[in-house]
Parts: sequence; C-alpha cells; structure tokens
Amino acid sequence: METDILLDIKGLSVSFETDEGRVQALDSVDFQVGLGQTLGLVGESGCGKSVTALSIMRLLPKPVGKITSGRIHFQGKDLLELSADGMRQVRGNEIGMIFQEPMNALNPVRTIGDQLSEVFLLHQEIGVKEAWLKSVEMLHDVGIPAPDSRAFEYPHQLSGGMRQRVVIAMALACRPKLVIADEPTTALDVTVQAQILELLQTLQKQLGSSVLLITHDLGVIAETCDEVCVMYAGRIVERASTVELFANPRHAYTRGLLSSIPRLDRIPKTELSTIDGMVPGLSDLNQGCRFAPRSGKVHPQALLDQRSPLQEVAEGHWVESCPLCSNL
Amino acid sequence: MNAPEELLKITDLRVHFPVRGGIFRRAVGSCKAVDRVSLVLQKGQTLGLVGESGCGKSTLAKSVVKLVEPTSGSIKFKNQEIAGKKAQNNFRKNVQMVFQDPAESLNSRMTVGAILEEPLDIHHIVEKNVRSERVAELLEQVGLSGSAANRYPFEFSGGQRQRIGIARALALQPELLVLDEPVSALDVSVQSQVLNLLMDLQSKLGLTYLLIAHDLAVVKHVSDIIAVMYLGKIVEIGPAEEIYLKPAHAYTKALISAIPIPDPTKKRKRVIIPGDVPSPINPPSGCAFGHRVGSSLYPESVGKKLDMEEVSTGHFVLQCPCCT
Repeated sequence: METDILLDIKGLSVSFETDEGRVQALDSVDFQVGLGQTLGLVGESGCGKSVTALSIMRLLPKPVGKITSGRIHFQGKDLLELSADGMRQVRGNEIGMIFQEPMNALNPVRTIGDQLSEVFLLHQEIGVKEAWLKSVEMLHDVGIPAPDSRAFEYPHQLSGGMRQRVVIAMALACRPKLVIADEPTTALDVTVQAQILELLQTLQKQLGSSVLLITHDLGVIAETCDEVCVMYAGRIVERASTVELFANPRHAYTRGLLSSIPRLDRIPKTELSTIDGMVPGLSDLNQGCRFAPRSGKVHPQALLDQRSPLQEVAEGHWVESCPLCSNL
Repeated sequence: MNAPEELLKITDLRVHFPVRGGIFRRAVGSCKAVDRVSLVLQKGQTLGLVGESGCGKSTLAKSVVKLVEPTSGSIKFKNQEIAGKKAQNNFRKNVQMVFQDPAESLNSRMTVGAILEEPLDIHHIVEKNVRSERVAELLEQVGLSGSAANRYPFEFSGGQRQRIGIARALALQPELLVLDEPVSALDVSVQSQVLNLLMDLQSKLGLTYLLIAHDLAVVKHVSDIIAVMYLGKIVEIGPAEEIYLKPAHAYTKALISAIPIPDPTKKRKRVIIPGDVPSPINPPSGCAFGHRVGSSLYPESVGKKLDMEEVSTGHFVLQCPCCT
C-alpha cells in the first residue's frame, strides 16, 4: 500500500479460557489501516470482529481473554508493549471507540456534559470550566440541538440516535487518529442509521481520522468503506477494496454472504440463495479450511489440517487460498 | 377486492394506552400506539408492515392475536369479530404468532417436544398416542430432524430456535401467521434460510402472513402488499412493487432511500430525515411527519382530519398537504 500506515496488525491470535477449555477467537489476523482510510470488518456473530477491536484497545476481559501472539503497531509503537499507564494515554486520546449499544456505553447517573468533560480533563491540561465549554461545542458538532442545555441531561432523557451522537462525541473529543466503530448503527432505525453514517463521514473528513468500521451489514460497508476484510471463524478469509470485493468476490463465503441478502432490486418471492449449515462454534474448529463444512465440497484431509495462506489474486485483493473454496 | 376471500379485515382500529401519573395513578393522558388503522388481508397473501421502532407495528400485531385489547374499532377474522370482550375465542387456533427473539419466546425448561405438544394439548386436537408423531412431522416440516424433540432450546442455534418457534406456530394448522420481526435477530446467512422456509411453507400450506419487520428489503422480497406505518398510522399501503417503485408519501420515499444498498458503485442521494420519531403520547396536532421534517406546508395540516385516498388500484396514501 502506498499510503502511510497508521495501524498495522500482524499475526494477531487471541484465545479465551472457557469451561470447555481454551478456544481460539482470532487466528493470526493481519491487516493495515492507512491514514484517513475507512476499513470495514464484516462477518457474522462470533467471527471475531469485536474481539479484534477489543484487542487493539487492550480491553479484552481479564483474565479469560489473552493475546497469544502477534503485534499491533500504531504509529510505529507496539500497543502490546505499552504499560497500563501508557495505554490509558492512547485510549480516548489517539484511538477513540464507538460502541454498539449507546445506553450501555454511557453512565446512567451522570449528565452527558459531565461524561464528555471527563475525556478532556483526562487527556488535556485544561480546567473544568473550559472542559465543559469544549464538551458543549463537541455536542454541537455532532448535531445535538440546544447543546448548552442538553449537556445537563442524563442519558435516559435522550433518544437512541441522540445517545449514539453523544458516544460519537466522546470518541472524537480528542480528535483521535483512529476511530474504532463497533456496530455503531446496529441498534438504530434505518433513518437514524443514515443520519449517523452521514455524521461519521463528515466528521472523519473534517478531522482526517482513519476509521475501523465493524459491522455485519454489507450495505453499510458498501456505502462507507474504502477497503473490506471479510472474517470467518476467527480469520480473515478475504481482503480487497470495496469496489473490487463486491464486483469480484473470490471466496465462497463472501459470495454466499453477498448473494444471501435480500435486495430491493431482486425479483420478489424467489428463493434466496443461502449458505448451508451455520456459523461453527469456536470450540470445534479445525486448523485448515474452516468453511469446508458449509462449502458443499468434500475437502481432502490435507486441506482440513493445514491452513491455506492468504494469496494475492489481484492488486490489493487477498484471499485464503483453499483451492476448493476460492477462485484463485 | 371481492373475488378472493378476505381473511382478516381491520377497520378503524385504535389502541390507546393510558399514561398514569400523580399519587392516585390516574390516567393523565393516552399513548396512541395505533390510531385509526384499517387494512384488509386476503387468503394466501403476505402483508408486510414496516416502520421505525415505536410506530405501533408490534401493538397492531398483538391486537390481531388478541394479546392486546383494542380501544375501539373492529378486527374481523373470517367475518367473525374478534375484538372486544364479548368476542369468541375460537379463532385463536387459526391465528398463531412467531416472535422476534426465539431465545426468549421458548421456555428453556421444556424440551422441544413438550413445547410443540402444548398447543395440541390445550386445544385437544391430536390424540395423545399420536402426538409424538405429529411433533416429528412438524419438526421435519421446518427442516429439523425428529430427534430434536428430546432436546432443550439452548442446544440449538438462533436459526434453529426460530425454526422451532415456527413449528410451534404451525402445530395447530393455523390459517394466519403473525410474524413479528422473525429474522431480525438472525445472522445474514441464516436469515435467508428462514425466509426461504417461510416462503416454502406458505406455498405448501396456503398460509397467510402478516409480517412485521423494519428491514424494507426483507419485507419487499416476501410481501404482496406493503403497509408503511408512522406514529400509529398507516401512511401508505399498496402492492409491494408499486410502493417501492412509485412511493407517494414523503415518509415512504425517505425510508426507501435510507436503506444502504450493498453495491459500492451505486452512489445515490440519501434523503436524510432529521430528528426522531415524535412521541405518540403527545403527537403533533397536524401531520406527524411534516412536523418532523419541518415542512413549510405543515401549518396547513394542523387541525385537519387526514384521510386515506386511493391513488391507483389498491394503493392508498394518507392525504396531507405537506407529504403527498
């Protein structure tokens, strides 16, 4: 990639300690986010999208979740080697995070102005008064009407869309270089989703931030992202620019996902194509091709035991090179 | 609308919930969850009901299966009145419901077999000794194996649980299924499996669906008729294809344009609706949508009684000066 790389993840593996033993949630995940770029991570529940986000922020639940290998380089420094204090300087300041459910991400017993001020007080050497003024300004920037009086309200007094705007304001308060948005619009109605996506894009342009957008909605990806990584069972199975991925999906899983969504321009009442079976549980994963049981093709044992590496099939278009599941 | 059989006819339905306040918990206002809704559903058809959260879709569905008692208006199932306290309850086995979250609507302490047998037991329609056969038949109908009957709901994935929910609804061989967001809790690849199953069952068993969903793409794919609801009212109702190609109400247009299209080469103009859905407790006095978008024509709608008008065959639009 010719652009400057802001975030560089190599060989990231994460495992969780569960009652059924150790399960691997991420299996050597590699990707880069360029400056000012929007990268989408797409996949179904349990594929490791959110775990990736939490690993970058080093917020994996302790002690069950553990990064077993890999490195996360952000602006040249390895986040995994930072001290707890050093990491606190990064969170909210250089990397902002937007959570899925805004009601759970906000403190219900403190006013939103108070919660926003905290971000400024932690990361900038300013007084309480100035922090409050900056918070009000931030609320104004995310499109909350009458921000000076709204700042005194509590989260429950706001609608879902408004709350998500507050969470966005908190994530962007310190003008972070990278914003991680974990399903930012999933809990919202379509019309509000359109508002929030528009807002995110405008703010991103203003601040020049990079965005890592996690979603299960391919429609949202198509409208907002420059590049996409498709995840399946803890691995990235395909990575390409958005236009390329939608035009030439190479992996069977990507193709299945794309063809199974009902679209407005499809002939109604026709049978939708499906992907057989269901998302595998993390406790019974093989080391080789993980899509094999759903691909409808009998895989030889060698492909099930040994992972096929990612292969570049066109410029910037990488796909897991299982010969039965991908068009190489 | 005469040749095909009218299965469900809702006329001027209102469901208002009292808002209580003060020390005596007196009703101080009312929440107009469903306000003057009329619709007709013919046998074998699918009617899709779309709208944002809080617009009254689920309340409407619940009043059709009589889980909510309407304030006024009539609901006729096969020409038999089911609204009101005097109404007979024998329609119940003909109208069944599938709920949104399969994890919460299945009793986690009962085996799947017991869950499916319960409706048969309550309505005494299948002899005890052949019930297990009927259960196995139901499970096969929804694409599960008969051995599932001895297992508990937690042993199944989300998509399989929704299949169990559908099997339970089918147990009494109903004619009308009310589907309240049947696929919104499911993953994309599983969602299409369940939608295919629903379409398949409809053609095999001649079922009629009242489908509630917020995903317009899903609704459009399976419905014959689409009704768009906004703040307790149906603002537009008509044949699915026509609603999508020629939406007449400003809200329908905005709703369609807000759906993200999974095609990066199509950059279209999004109509961004500002604001949120207003509260049904204290709705604007005029056109609710004109109020939200701040239409300059909004004052004209204040105090007027807004009515549905037929713009083309079977396509009705709520007439109001600011939105149509």
